[in-house]
Amino acid sequence: MLKVRVIPTLLYKSVGLVKGIGFDSWRRVDTVLPAIKVYNMREVDELILLDIDATINNQLPDYDSIRDFSKECFVPFCVGGGINNISQIKELLRNGADKVAINSAMYKDLGFISESASRFGSQCIVGSVDCKYIDDDYYCFSHSGTINTNIRLSEWVIKLEKAGVGEILITSIDRDGTMIGYDIDMIKEVSSRVSIPVIASGGAGNYEDMYRAVVDGGASAIAAASIFHFTEQTPKEAKEYLYNKGIATRIV
Amino acid sequence: MEAAIIDYGMGNLWSVQRAFEKCGFDAEIIDSPNLIEKTERIVLPGVGAFPDAVKSLKEAGWIEALNNAVIVQKKPLLGICLGMQLLASYGNEGGVCKGLDYIKGKVVDLKATKKDERIPHVGWNEVIIKNNNGLFKDIKTCTNYYFVHGYHFVPDDDADIVSVTPYCGEFVSAIAHDNIMGVQFHPEKSQKAGFALIKNFMGM
Repeated sequence: MLKVRVIPTLLYKSVGLVKGIGFDSWRRVDTVLPAIKVYNMREVDELILLDIDATINNQLPDYDSIRDFSKECFVPFCVGGGINNISQIKELLRNGADKVAINSAMYKDLGFISESASRFGSQCIVGSVDCKYIDDDYYCFSHSGTINTNIRLSEWVIKLEKAGVGEILITSIDRDGTMIGYDIDMIKEVSSRVSIPVIASGGAGNYEDMYRAVVDGGASAIAAASIFHFTEQTPKEAKEYLYNKGIATRIV
Repeated sequence: MEAAIIDYGMGNLWSVQRAFEKCGFDAEIIDSPNLIEKTERIVLPGVGAFPDAVKSLKEAGWIEALNNAVIVQKKPLLGICLGMQLLASYGNEGGVCKGLDYIKGKVVDLKATKKDERIPHVGWNEVIIKNNNGLFKDIKTCTNYYFVHGYHFVPDDDADIVSVTPYCGEFVSAIAHDNIMGVQFHPEKSQKAGFALIKNFMGM
């Protein structure tokens, strides 16, 4: 049986590994390499690393750093931040990424997604979507949550699936870093509209939140950051908790 | 060189090389078909789409070199993910396209058999050993490996099936025919279980 993945998310800026609240108030939490080493040693299911400065500062993905990070990473490694063309994806894959997460560039040109999917396969392309609830609906934001695209989540995810993304990483900007629980309605909004895997992100504060994201939200995987940075809770215990409640997880 | 990782422009080459090195082997990424002479074993990785991969192999002159090393010289070959699929007679990704035809069979898309089966198949899943050719030596059946794929290999001959995995009904997750082997999952990303398989392959 396919296991529900528990995925630590690592956000990095030039200063190192950070974590914020609501995509703001960034706080430096570690340096990337030691964090990756620890997660690798603990045999986590997968890792997501997002460079949250790259797009805003119009920088290329930092290939050298990715190569250094991946040296010690023998778990599936998804890398995002600043990706907007095919050759960048190729370079990232050559430097240790197994999948890439694309966000802002999708709003400019969905053709780029179709082209990437046909070149690298859908399974390699993760569509990352950051969302906020405004008035009566969920709206998608680009550039690390700084620009409201005014596109509704419900419409956007259908377009992304059609364009060829292989997974959707859905992050609630409202819940990010709050540890008050995932936005279950938002996750459901995505999982009910697409047939590709959905990774829930933003708001996890305890293991029960993860259980809810899977059972009520329909998530195939759960991503979390603050809970692992700032509390004693671990991906391993999360999987044991889920397993004991009847969800298939990989216990190592 | 104990193993050559074929660089035909597609794939998570660095990850594959690092995993082989971590297991203590001298594995090099080679980008020229001439270098295939120097290796004892061949690893064909792959992240990508079937037709593009075949085209890249052809254009860079790999097919003749591979045929010679694998069919004539019988060097052990391990195809990983798309690399396994390329061993088939033909693929159906974006239209029918001829493959390397090392193991008779075809590559088709995964089709959900249950409502909760999402495609692509991404994550950790069991590998049920059907016929242990040595690739899974000392590895327990039902060990979890990491998968990320939307297509799968359907061999013509059941005797080529090494393992299956329960998803979309059931699909073939490892195949072998003499010195030619393929795994649909990513041993380089499957931690201890992956390293064990890499070591078994390198012992062949």
